Amino acid sequence: MALHIAVSLGRPLLLEGAAGVGKTEVARALATVHDTDLIRLQCYEGLDANHAIYEWNYQRQLLAIRAASDAGETGADVEARIFSQDYLLERPLLKAIRQEKPPVLLIDEIDRADEEFEAYLLEVLSDFQITIPELGTITASARPMVILTANGTRDLSDALRRRCIYAHVEYPDRQTELAILASRCPQVEGHLAAQIVGFVQKLREEELEKLPGIAEMLDFAAALGGLGIKDLSDDPAVLHAALATLLKTQTDRAAVPIEVAARIAGKAA
Amino acid sequence: MSKVTRFTAADPGPAARVAGFLAHLRAHGFHLGVAETETAMRALSCVHPITPKDARLALKSVCAGSGEQCTQFDLLFDAFWMADGRVRQKIMPAQHASPPQNTNTTRTDETQHSGAKGSLHAPEDGAEGQDSYAEGTGKLIASKAGNLMKKDLRELVSADEIRAAEQVAIRLGKALRDRRSRRQMAARKGRTIDLRRTMRRSMSTGGEPLRLVWRHRPDRPVKIVALCDVSGSMMHYARPFLAFLAGLMRADTASDAYLFHTRLVRITDALRDPDPLRALNRITLLADGFGGGSRIAGNLQRFADSYARKFVDGRSVVLILSDGYDTDAPGNMAGALQKLRRRGCRIIWLNPLKGWKDYAPIAQGMAAALPHLDDFAAAATLNDLAALEHRLARL
Repeated sequence: MALHIAVSLGRPLLLEGAAGVGKTEVARALATVHDTDLIRLQCYEGLDANHAIYEWNYQRQLLAIRAASDAGETGADVEARIFSQDYLLERPLLKAIRQEKPPVLLIDEIDRADEEFEAYLLEVLSDFQITIPELGTITASARPMVILTANGTRDLSDALRRRCIYAHVEYPDRQTELAILASRCPQVEGHLAAQIVGFVQKLREEELEKLPGIAEMLDFAAALGGLGIKDLSDDPAVLHAALATLLKTQTDRAAVPIEVAARIAGKAA
Repeated sequence: MSKVTRFTAADPGPAARVAGFLAHLRAHGFHLGVAETETAMRALSCVHPITPKDARLALKSVCAGSGEQCTQFDLLFDAFWMADGRVRQKIMPAQHASPPQNTNTTRTDETQHSGAKGSLHAPEDGAEGQDSYAEGTGKLIASKAGNLMKKDLRELVSADEIRAAEQVAIRLGKALRDRRSRRQMAARKGRTIDLRRTMRRSMSTGGEPLRLVWRHRPDRPVKIVALCDVSGSMMHYARPFLAFLAGLMRADTASDAYLFHTRLVRITDALRDPDPLRALNRITLLADGFGGGSRIAGNLQRFADSYARKFVDGRSVVLILSDGYDTDAPGNMAGALQKLRRRGCRIIWLNPLKGWKDYAPIAQGMAAALPHLDDFAAAATLNDLAALEHRLARL
């Protein structure tokens, strides 16, 4: 619903939720449905405008200046030339607004970037235009569908939240997760699939440091397939070994010993 | 599901109702402007055919801005639109400021006025505010429970004290921050060349980059996370500590504050309220159970499991303000602090009792906590907190 509104209104969509609930996947699916490109900007601490929007290709510029001085070109010509489109490196944000067809722009884990970048992003997202001092303003040729994801590394500013359509993504319910498993790993049989999903959902109710997400569930299913398991309650030792795909910290591994895993598997069956 | 709210015949139409709903949300602490109302309308208009369920989802995606607000939104939505067939008289709640058109609430009975308007934020408060609150239909549920304790906190802290505490908090924050920046200086070997500016400069020397321009990472402030114990045994010290928290929140936008007694409550947002006294009132609403028992280990554990994941990282300094008299098993304390440590933060425990002559940390909880602390200091008054400045800077 939020996605529908965001696309209809041309507003950015902010998806928030725990890690591994499929936030990034939403953007991929949207790009597939609309049959356009997915441009992804992965945020990290210290991400700055140079990496997100554009950068001059300094090495080429230096070479050009050298070559020009040998050829005896004048300063003004050189300057005009080295600050032209040829020497511009497009970064995701600039790339996104210069596409022919509206792409899906995924700004992943926006909460990892610093607040200064968030502020800059606001400007880009509201006007969809970017100003490069040497070239002038570049206006969007197509308005990208913007999806931002966050998983609560820090609180996002109200200004950003205000401009976005918001959706909080929860772990999927049993039916949805079964459908995901069926579409991603069709080779897993119905009975085992139900067991896997039941097992993972039960596991999420345990007190774990890091709850297994959907990707982990799919890994788990693939691992079981590779181990040739037909029924979860068959062999507790193998099941416990396969837990390596679901539990990613030592404390979590210790919290779910063989017996507990077998008990959960029994309940899920 | 309860039945849909009926509207009176004089109702100006759906648009006004949506606007009324937005105002209803605003009255409950949602930050929504006129632009959001417009977005909400447009969002509704792109849903076909519209059902209550779709409308809820559509409005939610526009209005709610965080996971917490999503939950709150559902309740408010029900209160406004699904009020069991009750007739809603006033669609548009007017703003507090303009008395002539002051219909003020979306609720049906006008007796709510006193409760919703003046009394809530006034320092001295009569009994009438509390009565009218209890009758409220859709106003926050928490307020009913918290109101009993309303007086306590306000008697505890005055506006002057908050101002004084703000000074202390600013200085403490600086002390911690300086330390951080020194560290960054020492590690600043790998500075990079700012190619963009170097290129620009080189234009004047014919493309020869004679003058290099350097780039370095700016210093980043530490985040202070304060956890204040307000259990019965800490009642005497609650006053300076609360003032300190309030000051800290106002002085430093990156800091975070929590109260705990038998439960853990995040009071950051409440304390950030621009009006200091109203901020205290808001905490009072949250701090139901103030002066009760203390479960330090349990609360620290919960903190480590929930908020700490979001708000605590290697740049955080966790201040625990507590006397260490705990009803939980001491084993839990060590576990909780270890877990917190693993997030990379520094933990400082400020104990008001430590200032006493002959004090020894023999309370089991305190003894269990000691090995996991970066510093263990005395603090019972604002002055003590101010004196901590040097100590923290030395850390």
